[in-house]
Amino acid sequence: MKSLNLSRLAFALYLLIFFTYLMGPLLVMSLTAFNSPSFPSASPWECFTFEWFSVLWHDNHIREGIYYSVIIGIGTVVLSVSMGLAASIVLTQIWPRFRSAFYTMIIAPILIPGVVIGISTLVFWDRVGRLLGAGEGSALNGFFHNGLFLTILGQSSFIASYAMLVFVARLQRFDPGLTEAALDLGATHTQAFRKILLPFMRPAIASASVLAFLASFENYNTTTFTIVDYKTLTTVLAQKVRLGIDPSISALAFSIITLTVLAALAVEAFRRHSANRLAARLRGGAAGRLLSGFFRGNVPAVLLVLLSMAVIVTAGVAQRYDPTQCKVAVQAAKKAEIQRRIKALQESRKARESAAPATPAPKAPNANSGAFGNVFAPNNLPGAPGASQTAPAQESPSQKPGNGAFGNVFAPGNLSGASDAPDAAPDSPPARPDNGSGFGNVFDPNNLSGVSGGN
Amino acid sequence: MGSGVAVNLENVWIKFGDFVAVRDANVSINGGDFFSFLGPSGCGKTTILRAVSGFLSPSQGRVLIGGKDMAGIGPNRRPTALIFQNLALFPLMKVWENITFSMEVKGASAAERRKRADELLDMIALGGQGDKLPSELSGGQKQRVAIARALCASPDVLLLDEPLSALDLKLRQHMRTELRAIQQRVGITFIYITHDQGEALTMSDNVAVMKAGVIDQIGTGRDVYDLPSTAFVASFVGENNMFRGKILRIDGDSAQVDVAGIGPLVGRISPAASAQLDAGDEAMIFIRPEALAPGEGEAGRTLNATVVNEEFEGNAFTVYLDAGGNAEIRMSLANTGQHRIAERGSRMALHFPAGKAVVVPVGELASE
Repeated sequence: MKSLNLSRLAFALYLLIFFTYLMGPLLVMSLTAFNSPSFPSASPWECFTFEWFSVLWHDNHIREGIYYSVIIGIGTVVLSVSMGLAASIVLTQIWPRFRSAFYTMIIAPILIPGVVIGISTLVFWDRVGRLLGAGEGSALNGFFHNGLFLTILGQSSFIASYAMLVFVARLQRFDPGLTEAALDLGATHTQAFRKILLPFMRPAIASASVLAFLASFENYNTTTFTIVDYKTLTTVLAQKVRLGIDPSISALAFSIITLTVLAALAVEAFRRHSANRLAARLRGGAAGRLLSGFFRGNVPAVLLVLLSMAVIVTAGVAQRYDPTQCKVAVQAAKKAEIQRRIKALQESRKARESAAPATPAPKAPNANSGAFGNVFAPNNLPGAPGASQTAPAQESPSQKPGNGAFGNVFAPGNLSGASDAPDAAPDSPPARPDNGSGFGNVFDPNNLSGVSGGN
Repeated sequence: MGSGVAVNLENVWIKFGDFVAVRDANVSINGGDFFSFLGPSGCGKTTILRAVSGFLSPSQGRVLIGGKDMAGIGPNRRPTALIFQNLALFPLMKVWENITFSMEVKGASAAERRKRADELLDMIALGGQGDKLPSELSGGQKQRVAIARALCASPDVLLLDEPLSALDLKLRQHMRTELRAIQQRVGITFIYITHDQGEALTMSDNVAVMKAGVIDQIGTGRDVYDLPSTAFVASFVGENNMFRGKILRIDGDSAQVDVAGIGPLVGRISPAASAQLDAGDEAMIFIRPEALAPGEGEAGRTLNATVVNEEFEGNAFTVYLDAGGNAEIRMSLANTGQHRIAERGSRMALHFPAGKAVVVPVGELASE
């Protein structure tokens, strides 16, 4: 009995860890979408805000990226589902003898790195274009170097294999006798395909389409080569990360998560609904009124409606909600905090000066709360001449707080080298507020620690 | 009948690589007949059916339907309809859509189809069930839907590939009668494939018995049962007692066979085999269990044996006897209220009427 409880506890713990591992990043990312600091962060919670959704909505790069991603996704779905279906029919019904060889051939694109597929797509269609005599600047040449065209072809070459795997699994349960029966009853081969095989494959076609669309939507490593002068969501995001991100990416992630959950609930609700209806019919009862019947014994449907309502209400609230006041309050709190610290510093300096000016203050140990204990901080390096002597007198705010996860290694004051520290320190406050640095100051410890914001 | 369309197979060979599935089949099926191919599984009977329906083309020979050579004509353009062993009802279509599929592919309107479906549903006693899915029907109902679907195509020839094998015994017996009744009502040619000799005998006008790709005998059920032409047919169709010996004398259509341990037995030579048998040849003589009766008979129609066992089967007793040598004898006696036939271990004389023993050349027996 006791061991049973223990194993149950262990199992619960395992589940907890597992789902934290799965869902944790998504949860944290979703939180950052509603927090006001301009670098995605969840932990110093400042102000609840919807502004990042608005930033996202007005970001033309992302909008264009989504637009092309959808176009490419649709093209890839059409191409890869039809190629996959054809391949699976050949594999299971027409050439069962060459099955294994054909299978290996079809499955190969999945095993080839996407980068290779991307480059080879580019090269191959360039060659094809030349072979067809497409000169520089001609319409045909433009077609074979069109980013959308190349990306759809490049992605389809391996997404079709995924689609085929889905189809083969379904086709293995197809009774070829059904096609024969249709032929026997006078159907042509086309009719037998359209009326018998295709309806049977419909669920597989639906799932392969979803799979293909998602695979296309999230693909980066092939797309980055084939996209040429267009952009997709993934390439835009990759670019953004390189240039500095803001929580509008979190807002995008949150939107995608919400849409996914809604779609999954909708699918499940309708599946449950038709199962219920079939069960009702088998019992011989009437199917019930359309709407009341839809929700009876259908948890996903109820959840779907609740969640949809929550989304609508939130969107409505977001129109009115204004976090300006909160922001002002946060700013004021920050200012006060800084004032307090400066004061504390000044007092401690005064106290030190009056007590024993000759004794070097034990500055490093108490000021450094960084994750790495400031081992990387230049002040701790033995070869930091003058740092210990001059620091007490100068105390630049950029060195002192040291709350950054990297022990301020990226702080501009530290980058400049320990020997210059005394000279650089006085200059750093004026340099900080202007955000002209290549990283948009995302690594600026003043932003991270949030204690020195003077504006 | 005579109103239906005749089917003829002329020197049909069907090979799959080196394997000969059907060897030189010559069959002529009269229009409006209920014709059965009977044989153990793997004997090539389904292959013949597929050649008639057009899913296979013979490696050699011709298939004629209504006197017309079917070479190069696909299954969808032949006047045949096939009822599959697993029925092959379209699982995603409703019953009425299943039934009228043949009209749908020819472009008939939904109203027209619905009307025809209702007629056929009434005929198969499933009125009002047209909107169900096949999965919601019972085995016998599915069976009838498959028949209605085939009949809806108004075929000249209906081909049935062991359609009753999946049903339980009671239903199977019921469907036999029903199939025969439907066939007589619509008057088209039925070609029926089965490994169940009971089905073949009860329903068919004519039966072809097949063994390993070869048709051994074609005839009425009575002919096949009473006058089998080979040892295989004799042992496959119904129960039989086999004795092996040397022909002593041939006297018109009867032969005297000397069976080791029993003595000479007189039997009728199977008409198909009369040319193959001569005095001095090895031969097999077959006597049905129900032809045997206790008691002394004429010379050559009597044998003595020891009772080994006795089984009561309700309508009949089966007595197992040992006649010496390796011949085990079964005797079947109708249950007329007798108490018991004989003491176990006792010696007993059996006799059989003239004409009830059949002499055929030595051949392979059905392995059961």
